[in-house]
Amino acid sequence: MNSPLARPMPPDTDREPEPGRTAPPLKAVPGQLPEQMPIDPQSRAAAAASAPALKIDIRHVNFFYDKFQALHDISLPLHDRRVTAFIGPSGCGKSTLLRILNRIYQLYPGQVATGEVLFDGTDILSPGIDLNRLRAKIGMVFQKPTPFPMSIYDNIAFGIRLYERLPKSELDDRIESALQRAALWGEVKDKLRQSGLGLSGGQQQRLCIARAIAVEPEVLLLDEPASALDPISTQRIEELIAELKSDYCIAIVTHNMQQAARSSDYTAFFYLGELIEFDETERIFTHPKERRTEDYITGRFG
Amino acid sequence: MDLYARRRLSNYVVIALSIMATAFGLLWLALILGTLLVNGIGAISLSLFTQMTPPPGSTGGLLNAIAGSLLMTAIATALGTPTGILAGTFLAEYARNSKLGEVVRFINDILLSAPSIIVGLFVYELMVVRMGHFSAWAGSVALAIIMVPVIVRTTEDMLRLVPSALREAATALGAPKWRVIVTVAYRAAVQGMLTGVLLAVARISGETAPLLFTALNNQFWSANLDAPMANLPVVIFQFAMSPYADWQTLAWGGALLITVSILLLNICARMLAAWSSFKP
Repeated sequence: MNSPLARPMPPDTDREPEPGRTAPPLKAVPGQLPEQMPIDPQSRAAAAASAPALKIDIRHVNFFYDKFQALHDISLPLHDRRVTAFIGPSGCGKSTLLRILNRIYQLYPGQVATGEVLFDGTDILSPGIDLNRLRAKIGMVFQKPTPFPMSIYDNIAFGIRLYERLPKSELDDRIESALQRAALWGEVKDKLRQSGLGLSGGQQQRLCIARAIAVEPEVLLLDEPASALDPISTQRIEELIAELKSDYCIAIVTHNMQQAARSSDYTAFFYLGELIEFDETERIFTHPKERRTEDYITGRFG
Repeated sequence: MDLYARRRLSNYVVIALSIMATAFGLLWLALILGTLLVNGIGAISLSLFTQMTPPPGSTGGLLNAIAGSLLMTAIATALGTPTGILAGTFLAEYARNSKLGEVVRFINDILLSAPSIIVGLFVYELMVVRMGHFSAWAGSVALAIIMVPVIVRTTEDMLRLVPSALREAATALGAPKWRVIVTVAYRAAVQGMLTGVLLAVARISGETAPLLFTALNNQFWSANLDAPMANLPVVIFQFAMSPYADWQTLAWGGALLITVSILLLNICARMLAAWSSFKP
């Protein structure tokens, strides 16, 4: 199989953005979205003008928790170096969709996804995929901060050590740069050997983001990363997302309308397991085409 | 009598009954410990730890029995801990919702409450009869068999307390399952698991019945694992039943010694558990 995931990972993928690298072998171009996707020609043209590369193409995905179908025929593009927000009321399937993208749902028997998810052209739902390698490329941050019961240093080193044997000085550098990118370095540089559990909630969440980017993924999945945090920590996370956007394809699940409006380029609105509307964030929040979208974002239900 | 007066009254009655029930239980414990202390403290001396078990009528100590108990407990722990931890890991991490897991868990619970004399007889048939003689090996195996279900149970319980969010987070970084277990789940559960091992050691250090059928006893110093070996519980059993006053005194001393060590083990286990992030 000549997919990028079937080959051994190069020992050190250079994360500096190079122009040619992100252009995926387009199996599907953004214009060929399924009919049900309500994107009008105007916004499609606008999207094409800014020309973000397609990173992940979700096509006709269904998801089942045993007999219960949680997602119905979802098709959705995720663009590189753009933030896509998944919004919708609880139980609408937005987190479920996120959990499909790194196949973390497979930890639990009885959960099944059908359809296709093309990641740089490779269907990650196909059986031959090396899940560990996939998850190295698609990082995830969860709702509740999940620092491992070890030192701050080892929390970050955990992911790196899974893939690389680095000399101590190089490992130190990688850990420092991950913490710096996550805007945490200044707060923890003098206590790297202390337990990650001793940090505040907001710091723990930034530690988890640092841990995720230390592995040098291409996509970041954020599952309500700020919902357990106070407003100031939330602001820091949002600033961080804005910065990370320049290097990653980011998908964020959020219950916070303002957060979606502030920090995303595209927004997908889900309701009862269906994708109701997907468009540029600005259009969703100013001229939604669907009545249900409008009702939700204006707070009339949900 | 109005409603509230009646409620107050029944409250007092139930509290009084509960206190009496607790006092009844604690009374016997206090009596046992008190008797043990009064009778055993006289036997505690340097010679208890430096001399062998004597024939009746001469002075001696319990050195060979103490050493034998320590040795057999150590071997049992070395055999039982890895087995128990691996089986507990299997139940908590690999067989959580499987039929096989349910069956193993059920059998383990039966083993947990199996009378220790049955374990002694089992090892007697399995090892002593075939080898043709009693041995420290057989004693250690019997103790290990008693130990395993305790460790299996605590290991599984402790691993189940590790939030699945932690496993998801490690998996989402691309860590293979074994690595998630060894580096994250064990790390989070280690104090609880250690507590379980200590409690299991405490459990076997007073077992008599399985040793009667396996290690038997030895009046002399012996470090030969292929031969009968002295141990505290059986010495206490033998000396306490004897008509000789000096043997009985030694039995009291040994009983006090075992009780104090079990108490210490339990205190260590408690301290470990209190220090741990999850409670057992």
